[in-house]
Amino acid sequence: MIPACRLADLPRGEAHRLDIEPPVSVFHTEDGELFAIDDTCTHQDASLADGWLEGCAVECPLHASTFDLRTGAVGGPPARLPVRTHEVVVEDGTVYVRLSAAAPGPSPCVTSRPVRGLA
Amino acid sequence: MVGASLAGLSAARALRSRGFDGRLIVIGDEPHRPYDRPPLSKEFLAGTASEADLALEHDDEDLAAEWVLGTRATGLDGRARTVRLADGREFRADGVVVATGAAARTLPGTEGLDGVHVLRTLDDALALRAELALGGRLVVIGAGFVGAEVASTAYTLGLDVTLVEAAPVPLAGPLGEAMARVVAELHADHGVRLLCGTGVRGLTGRGRVQGVRLADGRTLPADTVVVGIGARPCVEWLAGSGLALGDGVTCGSDGRTGIPEVAAVGDCAEWYDPYAGGHRRIEHWTGALERPDLAVAALLAGGASLPAVPRPPYFWSDQYGVRLQFAGHADAADGVTVEEGALADRSFLAVYRRAGAPVAVLGMNRPKPFTRMRRQLAAVGI
Repeated sequence: MIPACRLADLPRGEAHRLDIEPPVSVFHTEDGELFAIDDTCTHQDASLADGWLEGCAVECPLHASTFDLRTGAVGGPPARLPVRTHEVVVEDGTVYVRLSAAAPGPSPCVTSRPVRGLA
Repeated sequence: MVGASLAGLSAARALRSRGFDGRLIVIGDEPHRPYDRPPLSKEFLAGTASEADLALEHDDEDLAAEWVLGTRATGLDGRARTVRLADGREFRADGVVVATGAAARTLPGTEGLDGVHVLRTLDDALALRAELALGGRLVVIGAGFVGAEVASTAYTLGLDVTLVEAAPVPLAGPLGEAMARVVAELHADHGVRLLCGTGVRGLTGRGRVQGVRLADGRTLPADTVVVGIGARPCVEWLAGSGLALGDGVTCGSDGRTGIPEVAAVGDCAEWYDPYAGGHRRIEHWTGALERPDLAVAALLAGGASLPAVPRPPYFWSDQYGVRLQFAGHADAADGVTVEEGALADRSFLAVYRRAGAPVAVLGMNRPKPFTRMRRQLAAVGI
């Protein structure tokens, strides 16, 4: 299991990204449920943790593809491929992720990963 | 469906998802199934995305459509709802969705000169990609989104790049002058020359381009030239159809035309924009994705539907590893302020306001707060 963050540090409606390869994000829904999915949109390189959480769906911040947090399935275009889902465990106030045994999907086009500021 | 790119595909999907189970014919002038154009100036041009990556249809998707590809529509009889094709075929339909898109503008007098490119289609991108692989000096005429992205990609491929822009500041229309200046600085950040307020008189070279002659008398040497001076709607084929044509097919705010059984979507259509109080052609990818559903709903309802309100215009651009996102109407603002980050860091959120209320938002590498503000604009009906 990979420790993600303290539950107290992840308010409802927010997401926490684990900078592993490939990145995984934990979402805390408005209803208080926790879900973990692969963080990168399968359409084009964008972080779903930056997207908009609505119910059990997250909308990609770039092109508005939606993914079902429970199943990883595509709920709305332009994405064509699902994301993987991962198990979330909370122990002693810490959120852990148990990674899926499934192989990660192919990376989307990755030339334009945003840089944070310029060198 | 006349047009087989994003808008046509989105309309076909909307028809099926709204329960239309009749015969569906999709006509496209390109030989390809629907593909995604934005990567053509970025990942595809850089060689990191393949043709297969561009496909817009899902592997297991079946729209039960008849695809008539590689044939141009040459005429529409609006009253009879009959579409004529260049190969002589005719299709009569109960409803017609016009989604013929736009074509890249070219520089007059440059036909037949090798090394001169436009970028609109997959075939354009394949030709340009092969040429950029040779390296050398690239001059891009026009520093709009296509020009700026081609310059950025060519820079990463190691070419010597110069951009020539007729306006004093590129993209001042969509972004407003202050923010357009900041975005234009991305070129200089990377040593790409941007010549603004500079007209182009013509190209030099025989058989193959050798240079770009500027209005001020200078000549820029060039091995390759990309002309990125905008696009014109593909509506010539609709002359005599009975449809009103302005800057594209003139439509109501739900995409319907003056002929109740005909709608128009995507880059070829100017919809009535209640916000602007006039007809506007919105050449954004998200418009081609989202608006066909409104048009199809109106078409199927035969005028019985409520007037739809599209979401605020949204576009994005990737340049030099910087992600730009914009939503709303910059021209409606009386001021713009940086509300997160800093311009110099090329990481900020700028909000455009009119009388204190947000009317548009620009994000540079700030997707999360950008999405929040974009939702806020949609909620208040910008």
